[in-house]
Amino acid sequence: MISRDRREFLRKITGAGAATALFGMAPLRAVASPRARKVLVVTFGGGARDEETFMPDGQENIPHLLTELIPRSTFFTQVSNHGILGHYVATASLATGVYETFNNFAAVPPDHPTVFEYFRRDLKRPATDTWVVAPSNGFNRIGESEQRSYGRGAGVVLPKRLLEAALSSGGAMEYQHLLRDNYETPLYAPEISGNEVELPQLADLLKLSVSDFTGHARNLASPDELSVYVTKELMRQLAPSLLWITLHDMDVAHAGCYSLYIDGIRRTDRLCAEIWKAVESNPEYAGKTTMFILPDFGRDSDLESGGNGFQHHRTGDALSRTTWMLVLGPSARENVVVDRPVQSLDLVPTLGSLLGFDARFAQGRPLAEVT
Amino acid sequence: MAVRDVALLRQLPPVFLPLLLKEIIVYDWRFPAEREELDHQLSYLDALPPGDRQRLLAGFAGLRISPELQSHDWVNQPARFEEDLAAHLWATHQIDAFRAASMEYLRKIDAARPRESLAARRLGIVVVGQGVTETRYPLFRKMRKQGTYFTNVQRDHGVRSLLDVVAARARAHPIPYAHWYIDGGTAETGGEGITAVSYGALAPVRAALLERMQHAIQSGIGGPEALRTMLAELRPEDLGMSGAPADAVLNRFQISVLTEGSGTQIFSTTFVQWTARELWRRAQPLTLFARYAPRQRQRPMNELIADHGDDRQLPDPEGSLVDADMGAYYTWLNQQRLPDAEQSSFLVWFEGHPEALAISPALPRGTESASAIDLKALLDQIA
Repeated sequence: MISRDRREFLRKITGAGAATALFGMAPLRAVASPRARKVLVVTFGGGARDEETFMPDGQENIPHLLTELIPRSTFFTQVSNHGILGHYVATASLATGVYETFNNFAAVPPDHPTVFEYFRRDLKRPATDTWVVAPSNGFNRIGESEQRSYGRGAGVVLPKRLLEAALSSGGAMEYQHLLRDNYETPLYAPEISGNEVELPQLADLLKLSVSDFTGHARNLASPDELSVYVTKELMRQLAPSLLWITLHDMDVAHAGCYSLYIDGIRRTDRLCAEIWKAVESNPEYAGKTTMFILPDFGRDSDLESGGNGFQHHRTGDALSRTTWMLVLGPSARENVVVDRPVQSLDLVPTLGSLLGFDARFAQGRPLAEVT
Repeated sequence: MAVRDVALLRQLPPVFLPLLLKEIIVYDWRFPAEREELDHQLSYLDALPPGDRQRLLAGFAGLRISPELQSHDWVNQPARFEEDLAAHLWATHQIDAFRAASMEYLRKIDAARPRESLAARRLGIVVVGQGVTETRYPLFRKMRKQGTYFTNVQRDHGVRSLLDVVAARARAHPIPYAHWYIDGGTAETGGEGITAVSYGALAPVRAALLERMQHAIQSGIGGPEALRTMLAELRPEDLGMSGAPADAVLNRFQISVLTEGSGTQIFSTTFVQWTARELWRRAQPLTLFARYAPRQRQRPMNELIADHGDDRQLPDPEGSLVDADMGAYYTWLNQQRLPDAEQSSFLVWFEGHPEALAISPALPRGTESASAIDLKALLDQIA
């Protein structure tokens, strides 16, 4: 029931045509060689429901998606996630194309090669050509697996951690309260050891002084805004070809305050449009960048008695497993809706077909609508 | 109790047994309604012919569990077993099968339960918006089609008159734990027969709990699962509450709200919503009155940096109104999950303002009324 109603509803509000009708008719706007292409993946996290986004009462929360981005995108209305609904393990599954099964709260690498490793090994790309900007300590191992034949992946930037280090370096004051690591277990932050970037290294890479970094942070209202700031600096200074940013503010929903969850969605909506503007205004990216925006998963239904509605994603019900994805840029057709069910695991093989690497361990399939 | 039912327990599937035992262990601290449910569950299981019982529990028996779980010390650590089982079910893609088995089991148990008529029709009352003078937020949006939206409510003595109605119901139906008052701030005087829980009164308990959590984390407790297990084992006296047997049921409940409800320790709006949810689910009262108060404001990152060390907790009335509006909807939904829900009534009122919404078999659905009416008269119509 959920899929049919939801599908028809999403089609109506986007006012878009069906891929089945248009596919194969319109020429691509740009036929770029794989080597010149760039890809940006934005996870619309951590966890938003249709009620607060695409359903009638929720549309007021996503004006940028509805009016600026979706009309220019190919929009997949049924993206399902059959894996573990914890943010780190689910995001790692998005990045490997395999449903990972490790402990969501442990700082461990994914068991399978990541998209960043496929990209670097098959295309012989340097470390500076792919980056992950992530919200919390738990994500610091997401850049690369421990697969013997792979293992060289993306550098991981944890902006909140960098900010805490930068602020603490200025004096004896402790800023650990800023490092609320995640919202699923707000008082717990795993120890980190991995390929995360430390403050001096980031300052050097981005040609950004610690005081500039903290100065900008002092004007930003949330950790996701800081992540987007770091992302734009990475684009400006290093122009990586494969960039992954995980947004997370809306996961404040775990605290049970609906207004804070809604604020998080509205901010994420605004930040997605801001990232796309940064793409279009940067000559290194404009016209050759495909941007994917997708939630890692949804949240529990109000009607699911085992949950508590928007607050968590613990029941594994259909609403918490069913989301959407929009694809913008030269590899996607504008104003097209794809109704057929796809899986979140299809992302990595699709990136492989776009960029020209073989995601050989990934379990999904390339999306034919993105070429 | 476990000794009495030991022959039955031995026949239950290894996934199901620890979960049931966990409930049996805390039997003495449960509400009367929960005890009745557990009694019924055990009697029903015991009376079933072996083949029928096997079929009833086949969904659980079919789950594959790891050798580690099979050798788990679940008798002494049932909460930890539950944590580990949940992680295993998610990792092995069996969570959906477990969920389906649980729902089917509960459905059949519930269908077999003899029903006694309630002493009175259930009444839920929620008061939202304390401290808000003006709002453009579309209140009660999710519930309007279910009831009548009143726009001209006379609100003299508003909260007091609502509490008087609760007190009258408590006098008329003096049943233990059947009439509740939850307050997100400091509770008003309720009345005899009303059990009151308030965020304000639990301030020292919340502080003691947060201190314990911080201490456990700083001493390297070993992850969120271990933290949750530690929380599940807390007793009232560990947090400065009375451990006397007469207070055990209420105090254990209050601790469960603070240890099992995410955000209940920090945000008063979450505290009220979660407490109401748990009371409907567990105590199944006849009357539930929940009043929201402004929660502390969530401070943006730049402000936290600028005001480092300043722990002022400014209130956020407007944000709290939005939280409470959703909380009221959830309170109504949870009320609808109880037996005889179709006969029950519900009122939500925007405190100090003329707007209220009432849902009752006595009122039309999806309508609006601009007639002047006071809260007591409104409750007289629906309760």
